[in-house]
Amino acid sequence: MTKFVDLHLCAPFRNVEQLKKMVTKSFELGYRSVGIPLPPNVELDEVECLRKICSEAGLDFVSRVDLTPKNTRELLDNLRRLRRKFEVVSVLCMSKPVARQAAKDRRVDILSFPVAKPRNRFFDSAEAELASESSASFEIDMMSLLSLEGFLRIRLISSLRREVAIAKSFHVPVVISSGAANDYLLRRPHDYSALAMLFDMDLSLALSALSQVPLSIVERNRLKLSPDFVAPGLRVVRRRDP
Amino acid sequence: MIRRVKQRYLALKIESVESFEEDDIKDAVWNAVTQLFGEYGASQAGLFLIQYDRERKEAVLRCSHKALPMVQASIASVTLMKDKPVVMHVLRVSGTLRALKKKVGD
Repeated sequence: MTKFVDLHLCAPFRNVEQLKKMVTKSFELGYRSVGIPLPPNVELDEVECLRKICSEAGLDFVSRVDLTPKNTRELLDNLRRLRRKFEVVSVLCMSKPVARQAAKDRRVDILSFPVAKPRNRFFDSAEAELASESSASFEIDMMSLLSLEGFLRIRLISSLRREVAIAKSFHVPVVISSGAANDYLLRRPHDYSALAMLFDMDLSLALSALSQVPLSIVERNRLKLSPDFVAPGLRVVRRRDP
Repeated sequence: MIRRVKQRYLALKIESVESFEEDDIKDAVWNAVTQLFGEYGASQAGLFLIQYDRERKEAVLRCSHKALPMVQASIASVTLMKDKPVVMHVLRVSGTLRALKKKVGD
């Protein structure tokens, strides 16, 4: 059975009532793992509380941080401080230098771009080439597709169509996530894959963007964050008793 | 010889705090198809609301087999009905009404 992952469930993590509602809804809709964006200064016990709420609902919790750096220096500082604290690191690229730096940095898992400003969507072939070398993924938040209307939605679909074609040609993995801030914006994985046809993603690619791709990001990072990890392809199997 | 048009039947679940009439469901789906695919696309969809259970908030919709991805995308894009927030989930899709009812467990 396919394990669907929603890597960007924007549940208000301090509002436990709403959080529980959204997490339960995600499970009902067929997801088995959710990534909830957390503030960089989140306490460890808050993360454990979230993990507990998710496991009670039958979901695997993935800690995620969304970085919105103003410049490359801020991005590098944030990555140095936060990489080992979160399982998934996403960068919202607001400027071209930030986008380029994020695409070539192996510590960045997900690249996302602002919806409101199409001129600030820097996912072009140069960006995709850098991202394919560093194994960063390109994220599509479906929330914006559902909440926008008219000309703004037309413009977004057009940008996404171009970006998905670029991602495909440079073998950049695409992640589809909900980005939902309330339960009315949550949809089933198959509904999202149907919506993905709007920007020319075929069904198999869309389903993999909802399952295999996010799952591989989480597994890769969990392996790296585990104390047994030494280097890619090398891990501690057994320790001698002291 | 004219070939028979293949149909698909979709079981829908409507989630909202409000309850809606049959016409509201029809309008919401038609508007979504027209908004996303235009009048030309809507003309190919062959949409027809077969039944609507107001208490259980479930509906059965028929569409053309070729327009199924288009209809599914349109249904997923519905966020408002009579200015109230709503979600429409496609529960099952089937080639015959009888098989659909069997699958949904009616």
